[in-house]
Amino acid sequence: MNDILPATDLYRAELLQFERDVGGSAPVWVQQLRQAAMARFTEMGFPTTQEEAWRHTSVASLSERPFPLARHRCAIPKTELEPVTSWMGAGCRLVFVNGLFSPLLSSLLPLPHGMSAGSLAGALGGESGLLESHLGRYARIENHPFVSLNTAFLSDGAIVCIPPDTVIEEPLNVLFVSRPNGRATMSHPRTVIVAGPNSRATIVESYLGLPEDLYLTNAVTEVVLAENAVLDHYVLQQESSAAFHFLTLAVHQDRHSTFTSHSLATGGALARSEIHCELADEGITCILRGVGAVAGRQHLDMQTQIDHAKTHGTSQQLYKGILGGHASGVFNGKILVRQDAQKTDARQTNNNLLLSEDAVIHTKPQLEIFADDVKCAHGATVGRLDEEAVFYLRSRGIGVETARSLMTYAFGSETINLVTNEVIRDRLAELLAQWIAQTCGRSFSL
Amino acid sequence: MAPTERIRDLAEQEYKYGFVTDIEAEAAPPGLNEDIIRLISAKKKEPEFMLEWRLKAYRHWLTMTEPQWANVRHPPINYQDIVYYSAPKTQKQPKSLNEVDPLLLATYRKLGIPLREQEVLAGVAVDAVFDSVSVATTFKEQLAKQGIIFCAFSEAVQQHPDLVHKHLGTVVPYSDNFFAALNTAVFSDGSFCYIPKGVRCPMELSTYFRINAPFIGQFERTLIIAEEDSYVSYLEGCTAPMRSEHQLHAAVVELRAHDRAQIRYATVQNWYPGDSAGQGGIYNFVTKRGACLGVDSKISWTQVEVGSAITWKYPSVILQGNNSIGEFYSVALTTHRQQADTGTKMIHLGRNTKSTIVSKGISTGFAQNTYRGLVKILKKASGCRNYTQCHSLLLGNRCGAHTFPSIDVQNASSQVEHEASTTRIGEDQIFYCRQRGLSAEDAVSLIVNGFCHDVFQQLPMEFAVEAQKLLNVRLEGTVG
Repeated sequence: MNDILPATDLYRAELLQFERDVGGSAPVWVQQLRQAAMARFTEMGFPTTQEEAWRHTSVASLSERPFPLARHRCAIPKTELEPVTSWMGAGCRLVFVNGLFSPLLSSLLPLPHGMSAGSLAGALGGESGLLESHLGRYARIENHPFVSLNTAFLSDGAIVCIPPDTVIEEPLNVLFVSRPNGRATMSHPRTVIVAGPNSRATIVESYLGLPEDLYLTNAVTEVVLAENAVLDHYVLQQESSAAFHFLTLAVHQDRHSTFTSHSLATGGALARSEIHCELADEGITCILRGVGAVAGRQHLDMQTQIDHAKTHGTSQQLYKGILGGHASGVFNGKILVRQDAQKTDARQTNNNLLLSEDAVIHTKPQLEIFADDVKCAHGATVGRLDEEAVFYLRSRGIGVETARSLMTYAFGSETINLVTNEVIRDRLAELLAQWIAQTCGRSFSL
Repeated sequence: MAPTERIRDLAEQEYKYGFVTDIEAEAAPPGLNEDIIRLISAKKKEPEFMLEWRLKAYRHWLTMTEPQWANVRHPPINYQDIVYYSAPKTQKQPKSLNEVDPLLLATYRKLGIPLREQEVLAGVAVDAVFDSVSVATTFKEQLAKQGIIFCAFSEAVQQHPDLVHKHLGTVVPYSDNFFAALNTAVFSDGSFCYIPKGVRCPMELSTYFRINAPFIGQFERTLIIAEEDSYVSYLEGCTAPMRSEHQLHAAVVELRAHDRAQIRYATVQNWYPGDSAGQGGIYNFVTKRGACLGVDSKISWTQVEVGSAITWKYPSVILQGNNSIGEFYSVALTTHRQQADTGTKMIHLGRNTKSTIVSKGISTGFAQNTYRGLVKILKKASGCRNYTQCHSLLLGNRCGAHTFPSIDVQNASSQVEHEASTTRIGEDQIFYCRQRGLSAEDAVSLIVNGFCHDVFQQLPMEFAVEAQKLLNVRLEGTVG
């Protein structure tokens, strides 16, 4: 434990500074939440590889290096964001730079009818009754060090509310841009999404950074879906290849709601995303899909946890891992079916493609089932490209790199093809193709 | 409904094989210390190296803590309450079955192991372990003609100390884990088997373990060595008498397969599982591991686990030789409040090594059944292949089935597939069978036997029959 204590001290010092800066301005319940979180984090420290959930992901390098909190708003010219936002069209977007809301870069007008979206900092300054009933309720600080660290530094992020009986076609984009100014900084954005009864909406979270920049993003997103709500949630993780990225997505679903999560992850020297879904009532559908594509010395960790608490729940998971270079990947998917969750239908698939001899994958699908009238299945595969299929393509005059690129794309795009929103689907396909072109050295047209 | 009641009766029926044979046992006082270990070693007339090894293991064990990661619950075990040595008080070593205590023979008959009949009819050599001392070894002469050594461990230590010294602890070192260390320190007997180069063992070797004296923890040690181009099939089966005290059973099995050798190891485990309230029963904490040391070698584990209050074992294969093959076939049935945390480890070190895992878990009543497995393919082990399937069947809404597989692949040329599912027996399946005149419990029995078919196929004929019978007796009729 000796190597952990100095690190938590370091973060505590940072927190004290943070409290002096902004502490007094927050409502009392927020201050209490932060203090409880810091106390819990100090108690736990950073996880070690001795812990089963962190066995293959070492965060030791975090405790070696201090990451001061990014405090100052950093101005980025709007044009600089153009290449990564042009696909969104004129739609409204919330932009955060180093975890802090940037009104200049954001465009909230016209906000779709009935929807309210804005910065958490702004919401905490005003009437915060709604926030108080949700914030910290789903992403619990008790047993997750990164959630407690995020909560301890809670100050800004996005808050989105979809009112009851509202259907919003237009996706809402939330961008988290990291731009450390010479020194490695950290940010802890916190997002809260509240979907009212019978509502329907689409939200896209993007995490962006410049290549080679070193920083730490420790994001937490809490999503709550009321009865019959339908939410499509996307995460486009394109952090810098030197960055540390942690994202915990905590989802609480009510009766007959449908939550769909799509993710594409290509960035981060060390990136870990966790999704915890709580299917708290009957007839809930939860669909999780993701593609992770990493190369070089990157490490990508994808964790999912689905908790079926009541009857007639359905969950589907499809995760694809593409690993090149010396990259290492982790997939850990857990399905928990409680005693009362009869008639549950839970499926999970994890396929991994190793593009190089030096890539490593650890996959651990888990089923924990306490009810008998259920259908639960999981499957996991690890393999490389089928040489016969490569030969087939080559025999038809396609070069070997192009053939491999095509097949890699075909492998990864299985999840992307299931995306219903055309604009987002095209963007995801484009990002995957870009990654393949960079990694395999050969571009191809879609 | 009448059939339902009958089914419940069947499901809740008590353990058939629970009886105690009244034979005076010569036992050491309970507790564990260096003196007890010296006593065991002295009683066994062991050479010096064995005692040293035991003491080394004991001193290492003292530094270890009991593992907590398994998905099982039990009150803490007091290791000082256990009697570590007891031997039936039959003074001289019997030379033939005629010299064996008739009471002992009667016990075996009750268990359905007629030694004589087996000797004549089945052609099986039996090394029966009664508590801790080997009682009778048959067919030894026939085996000896081919150079095969099959005897009690204590005998092997005296007759073939070089072989034992060379191989013992090479697959499961004394420092391997808490229970392996404990076993190493206090094991009293077990089986030893050596198949020389180029020999195909002409018969199925088998051994029956039985716990007899009260408050006894039995710690067997089995070592099987298959030299180049040899083949052996080994069967292990066990039932235990009824008892209200928890009993600890921590065995160690080591297999060594050299170039082109093949070892098949089959287990039917039917220790006393405790009563329907979860009282009593055996704690079965076993370390089983095989090493495919040579090229083209093969180790195959088959297990049918129906007994024990808690089963905790992971028969593993270290695939060291190129092109070697590891297999694991398992049926684990848990009823009442039984807990099973079982599975396998396949460690691929050699190139083009293959492993197959087929696991079937059946859970009824309040039982918890866990599959825990590891498939690890190291960087230099190119061209490896693994296929895993683990299926669980739930009968009743108070039981649980859990699957914790772990897959580590460190190169791109290897291919790994894993699939798992959890279901219950469908109403329509039962209906289909009943429509054709089968009773409800026959239908369940048919479906479960079909569910386990892949595994039973791997068992030698006589075991397959016994295993199916066991399942029918223990499991019939938990129609949901």
